[in-house]
Order: sequence, then structure tokens, then C-alpha cells
Amino acid sequence: MSKAVLMQGNEAAVEGAIAAGMRFFAGYPITPSTEIAEQSAVRLPQVGGKFIQMEDELASIAAVLGASAAGLKAMTATSGPGFSLMQENLGYGMMAEIPCVVVDVQRAGPSTGLATSPAQGDYMQARWGTHGDHPVIALSPSSVLETYTLIIRAFNLAEKYRTPVLFLMDEIVGHMREGVELPRPSDLIINQRKMSFHDGANKQCYYVPEGQYVPAMKPFGHGERYNITGNAHDESGFPTNSSEIAGKLVTRLLDKVEKNTGDIVRVEEYAMDDAETAIVCFGGTARAVMDAVLEARAAGKRVGMFRPVTVWPFPAGQLRARLPQLKRLLMVEHNHGQMLLEVQRAVGREKPVDFLGRVDGTVISPRDILDKLNEMEENGYAQ
Amino acid sequence: MKGRYELRFAGSGGQGVILASVIFAEAAVISGMKTVQSQAYGPEARGGVSKAETILSREPIWYSKVTAPDFLLALTQESLDSYSKTLAAGGLIMMDSSLRLPEGLDPAQVLSVPVLQTAREVVGKAFTANIVAVGAINKALGLFDGETLLEAVKRHIPAGTEDINRRALDAGAELISPEQAAAFARKWG
Repeated sequence: MSKAVLMQGNEAAVEGAIAAGMRFFAGYPITPSTEIAEQSAVRLPQVGGKFIQMEDELASIAAVLGASAAGLKAMTATSGPGFSLMQENLGYGMMAEIPCVVVDVQRAGPSTGLATSPAQGDYMQARWGTHGDHPVIALSPSSVLETYTLIIRAFNLAEKYRTPVLFLMDEIVGHMREGVELPRPSDLIINQRKMSFHDGANKQCYYVPEGQYVPAMKPFGHGERYNITGNAHDESGFPTNSSEIAGKLVTRLLDKVEKNTGDIVRVEEYAMDDAETAIVCFGGTARAVMDAVLEARAAGKRVGMFRPVTVWPFPAGQLRARLPQLKRLLMVEHNHGQMLLEVQRAVGREKPVDFLGRVDGTVISPRDILDKLNEMEENGYAQ
Repeated sequence: MKGRYELRFAGSGGQGVILASVIFAEAAVISGMKTVQSQAYGPEARGGVSKAETILSREPIWYSKVTAPDFLLALTQESLDSYSKTLAAGGLIMMDSSLRLPEGLDPAQVLSVPVLQTAREVVGKAFTANIVAVGAINKALGLFDGETLLEAVKRHIPAGTEDINRRALDAGAELISPEQAAAFARKWG
């Protein structure tokens, strides 16, 4: 008998989250993320956690932020329409520095779109959906096992950087079942938020020591009272109109992600060592890309895959490091060209970037990608 | 078995074709094989076309969707008409015997089996049709041993329904004659 278990991507998100310490889930079920709410409702009471089905997505994210401020690791899950509704409070979580994980199992949009069909059209929304300049960390898994391990990382990053972390899934991975051998609990690395307990010099709840970016969290709801707000605030947590303090605050919020990309950003590369053509992709799209790369390699073509696992911040440095060896790039994604913009920004005019996308709710196949590679070759490659 | 098998299960929402597909994936996991299972359906809770797919392989599986299945189960005319067109060369179809054989199909590649009627009249519950189908498919294709398949079924049914599901599984297997099993198993080999 094999030790593997059959698990769905959405189920793996819940199991991984619980392994990471998630003990609170508030959500409003929506296809194709519904199994995450269902499974959380079953599993959380078994581990002493709380599940609440809220009246809508605005309330869901608000409850998650409240639970996290009060000390629990908290998560919600939704799809495009619900993700849109969560944007205002997502920004609140970033401004007030409240860790949490928000799962978006993307489906075809815009609006209610094709409820049960895959897409990756929320990539730019994940970065710029909420208003104002704000830090964003977003991760995107491409298999059931990676959903499990990567959502643990999402919680770890949320705790470490005190910020909501977006977990950008898609219907392909969310609704797919695979046999997986989960890591042993003792092999997992689980981060806890840095706490401060009203002692010593750091009396202020948003006090940040010189040279650091992340304030330790004071327990909210017991002990000393303090203020949490979405307004620009000083170290005490109370609103301020000081342009100096506001400017410093927003810069620090951005810096805590931008100055730590070495820690946050991860990519997966396959067959890139001698690749002349890099296929860039993320999430479930990687499944078709892998088959296309294997088939192209079998035909003697020097093709490799470059897959951002951390999709925000975009791994521009890692991609640029590959440019000298590359003759061309092909971006493949289930949208009309969103990560493409980041690839073009990283590559500039140095190498041609081609694009294969889809917005009809169907899945890009290995054949589609191979046809595109052939078409690029026949056209003598765009310059 | 050859390297990779792609199975597609199609019917109308509520017939349980997704569960049938999951059970074969579970049996594959129990047997230590690689498998990927996925499904596509409309927004309806009942009715509409429902399609589920299981890929079985000894090698790692990347692309998770089936393009040209080696096997198709069709429980409705609509799903039979539409998905019988995309079968792999040499692919096999199991259709419910209440359906009409679409034009252009070679009868030698089609097994017509009274899945729905058996669930209703022999097992006594229409909702066991998917498990009847699982029993029939496994017998016809010779995929997994009986113990593995039963364990896979048990992992996906509510407690207290073991007996009726076991009867459904057996009733499905009995729909396939040894000659049919031999004929189909050869085509898999």
C-alpha cells in the first residue's frame, strides 16, 4: 500500500493552512473555492479552531482581520467576484499590518464570468486591486502537493512581515486531485508572529527599531489598550495628519517587502541550464508547459520553463539573470496578457517576448504551446 | 499496462460521474500509481453536462486534462453524442443501453450496458448508477483487483451505505461477460 493520499487542491489548501497554525476561517463560499470553506468547516472544530460562514465577502475579510489582531492565524478563501469585494479591507490589513492569508481560486471573469471555468485574470488585481501604494506578497501553486507546502509559506510570510499574503490559485489546481505524500509535521517550518508585551522601550504598538521594518505585535483585546486604524498613523496607532509620519509609514510598508525580496521571492526553473527559449508561466498553466517543454526537448529544441512561485513581487532579478543565454521568451497564461507586462518590463528591449493567452474558460494544452513555438520558429522569431 | 491511460466519465449533473472518476483515482493511489483527476461542469447543481476525467500512469503526470481519452463512459445521449467524437484511436466506449449509438462509431468499440436500469431495478436505488458503472468498467477493463476497488469506494461513501454500494459494485461487474472482458482487456493491452 502506498503512503500517498488522494487529495484535491482546495483540500490541500485547508490541510496546509491547519498545519501552518490556521485556527480561524471566515468566508462566503463561491465556486471554484467552495471546497476550502467546506473542508475548513469540517476540520477547524477538530483542532479547536473556529469556522464562520459570513453574510458576504466584505464581512469575511473583516472577521479574518479581527481574529488575527486578536491572536489567531486566520484565512479566507474566495474567487474573483468575492476577491473584488475584499479589496478595501485588504488595504486596511496592509495599512494596519495584520497578518492573514487570502486565497483566490481564480475563475473566468470579468464579473461573475464563467463560474466553473479556469482563468488567471486576477494577477494584476492581486497587485493593484486595493487603492493606494501598498505592499503585496502573492504566491501561486501549480500542484496539489505544492498547494499544501506553499500555503504554509504564505502563513509564514504573513506572520513574519505582518501583512496579508495572497494565495493565487486557479480552478485547474483547486479542483484537481492528485496522490500526494504530505511532509511529516516535524519536517515543517512554522513561523509565529513576533509579539511584544508592553515592556521595556517599545511601549508603542507600532514601534519599529532602527534598521528594521516590522513592528512586533501587541496582543489586542487584553492587556494594554491600543488603537488599530486604516488612517495614516504614528507609532501609537492613532491617526495623524503629519505628512512626514505618513510618508515614512507608507515607505516602510513598501520597503518591508521590497527590501526583503531575497527572502520572499521564489522561482522554479526546469531545463533552463542551456535553454534558448524560456516559457514563463505560473500556477496551473505550468502543467501544460511542463509537457510542452518535455516534448520540445525530445525534438531537440532548447526550451525551458521559468515559473514564478512568488508571483508578487515579480521575480524580475531572477528572470534578468537568464537573459544573456536566452534568444527569446514566451509568456503563457490564462488571461489577456497580465504577467506579460511584468516580463516585458523586466526584459525591456533586450530579447523578444511572445505571448500565448486565453480568456474563454478553456485550458491551454501542451499542443497549443508546441504549435505556438512552431509558429514562432516559422515566423523567424519576432524581433 | 501501457504508459498512460485517460478515462473520461460523462453524464448529467447529479448522476455521480465525478465520484466514479474519483474512485478510480483513489484506487490508483492505493495501488501506488500516479493519477490526476479533474472535472468540468456547468453552474447547475442538477442537470447540465457533467464531465470528469482520471489519468492513470506509471510516470509523473503534468498536464491534468484529457484531450483524447482511451475510455469514455456516457450515461446521457448528450454526453455520448458530444464526447464520442474526441476518443483516442482504438478508444473504447461504455454507454448506457438506453442510449442510441451515434452514427460513425464502430460497434466493436462500444459496450452497451444497462447501468441505469440495473441501479434502479437490481440494486433498487437509481443513485447507485455511478457505482454500478464503476463495477462494470473495472471488470471490462481489468484495471484494479476487487479488494483495491472496494477500498477506494469505501473511502468516498457515507458510513452506513457500504452494503448497498457493494451490491452496486457487484451488480455492475456482473453486467460484463467474461467474453466481453476478454475482448476489452485485449484492447487495453
